[in-house]
Amino acid sequence: MRRLLRSKWLKPPVFVLCLAPVGLLVWRALHGQLTANPIEYITHQTGDWTIIFIVATLAVTPARKLLRLPELIRFRRILGLFAFFYGFLHFSTWIGLDKFFDWADMLADVRKRPFITMGFTGFVLMIPLALTSTAGWIRRLGGKRWLAVHRLIYATAVAGVVHYYWLVKSDVRKPLFYGALVALLLVLRVGFWLAARRTKPAGKTLEPKLTSVETA
Amino acid sequence: MLIKRVSEIPSSEVTPKWLYLNRRKFLAGALGVTAGALLGESLKQLAWPSQKVLAGSKLNVAAKSPFSTTEQVTPFNDVTHYNNFYEFGTGKEQPAKYAANFRTSPWSVKVFGLVDKPRTFTLEELQQLAPLEERIYRHRCVEAWSIVVPWVGYSFSALLKEVSPQPKAKFVAFESYYSSSQMPLGSQAGIQLPYVEGLRLDEAMHPLALLCFGMYGETLPNQDGAPVRMVLPWKYGFKSIKSLVKIKLVEKQPPTTWNMQSSSEYGFYSNVNPHVDHPRWSQAKERRLGEFLRRPTLMFNGYDQVASLYAGMDLKKYF
Repeated sequence: MRRLLRSKWLKPPVFVLCLAPVGLLVWRALHGQLTANPIEYITHQTGDWTIIFIVATLAVTPARKLLRLPELIRFRRILGLFAFFYGFLHFSTWIGLDKFFDWADMLADVRKRPFITMGFTGFVLMIPLALTSTAGWIRRLGGKRWLAVHRLIYATAVAGVVHYYWLVKSDVRKPLFYGALVALLLVLRVGFWLAARRTKPAGKTLEPKLTSVETA
Repeated sequence: MLIKRVSEIPSSEVTPKWLYLNRRKFLAGALGVTAGALLGESLKQLAWPSQKVLAGSKLNVAAKSPFSTTEQVTPFNDVTHYNNFYEFGTGKEQPAKYAANFRTSPWSVKVFGLVDKPRTFTLEELQQLAPLEERIYRHRCVEAWSIVVPWVGYSFSALLKEVSPQPKAKFVAFESYYSSSQMPLGSQAGIQLPYVEGLRLDEAMHPLALLCFGMYGETLPNQDGAPVRMVLPWKYGFKSIKSLVKIKLVEKQPPTTWNMQSSSEYGFYSNVNPHVDHPRWSQAKERRLGEFLRRPTLMFNGYDQVASLYAGMDLKKYF
């Protein structure tokens, strides 16, 4: 298992797998199967996959610790970038297909409609994370500061769930499901933090020097 | 110069429909199996769209209606595979799939309350009360999409006359069929069922209010509210109650399902009104299925003849 996770051959198939949802969308578009309201369908699908990838990204650290598989960290960046990718598609669908670049109308929506304000905020918060996802930026910012910036993903996850919850009319099962996952993953982090505090003597810095970015 | 006519494809070369559909199923299946291990519901929806088309039986349409619009009718397949019927799931394509085995026969509709001649009609009796007309109506969903549908039915007022409402009757309360065994997804809809709706008596008497038995010249498909429903083209779609079983004339304004679910978002009247937004989205424009750009939404969905029903009312308050 660990050897497999360490293998350099694993990343390309993971990459392709992450592209599968968009591939299926294209395939359905070519076969006229985007339902009678394609724009809404694309919006909903890309939105769903954004939140799924956010959850997957957030799951990496708990999984890594609970399963004692540090190698999983290798996949966090790709998952996070795909969360941004699907968020970008979702956002672009709204701008380009739904609103047809009617900027005034969009700004009014962002101001007036709380669910859009939420979604917009969540998306905007992902931009600095995507931009600083490279090794160069980790070096430039320093591990600690980089980690602090990247905790923005927690806010994005919460904003995404609220955005979804505020959008649905009455069937709240899916937003609640994603909400529960996000809550669980955040609570686990609090648990890890408390556990770390108890095992280390108080007053001292817990993790002396962060050379890599394997926490958060 | 030689102008050659392109020869028509002989019908023998046309792929039969079942084979064509099977090919899709096969591809979808192959893709689905490889990816199926992935991430649940969303992917399932992607890979297996419901494509079931139920055959209705022909209805005898006596006349076309002067109320019909000349706008382009939305394709049958869109109307039957993109709609809301929360008893059969909250997804737009779910009703087509999960209403497939809905039993609509035998069916009866009980008309009672403040009427001189209460009566339970069988569906057949109800269908024969008045000549069936085809009415092509615009239909605007509260979610800001719209369709144009050739419904078949007659003015609801014909039924009211049959039962003679008493002077005390001021409202009409409607109730849909509900059975948790036939509609197992209903319990997850997030709305209270059975679905109930209501109209003021004068609204119900308006000739545009249609008691509807069919569409596209045939009986209603299960997912579109078979075997009998209301169609109120000047109101948001959810006012047009489906699979009707009870009609009661009452004195006071009856409770209505979406209003009970969220009274700040769905009023009793719910007339189509581009000037009163849903608290969460604008109602100024709508997407007609099949069109790319949104078109402006019209007051009363373009049915100005109902305006007098609401004369003097503040429609921002009574939304």
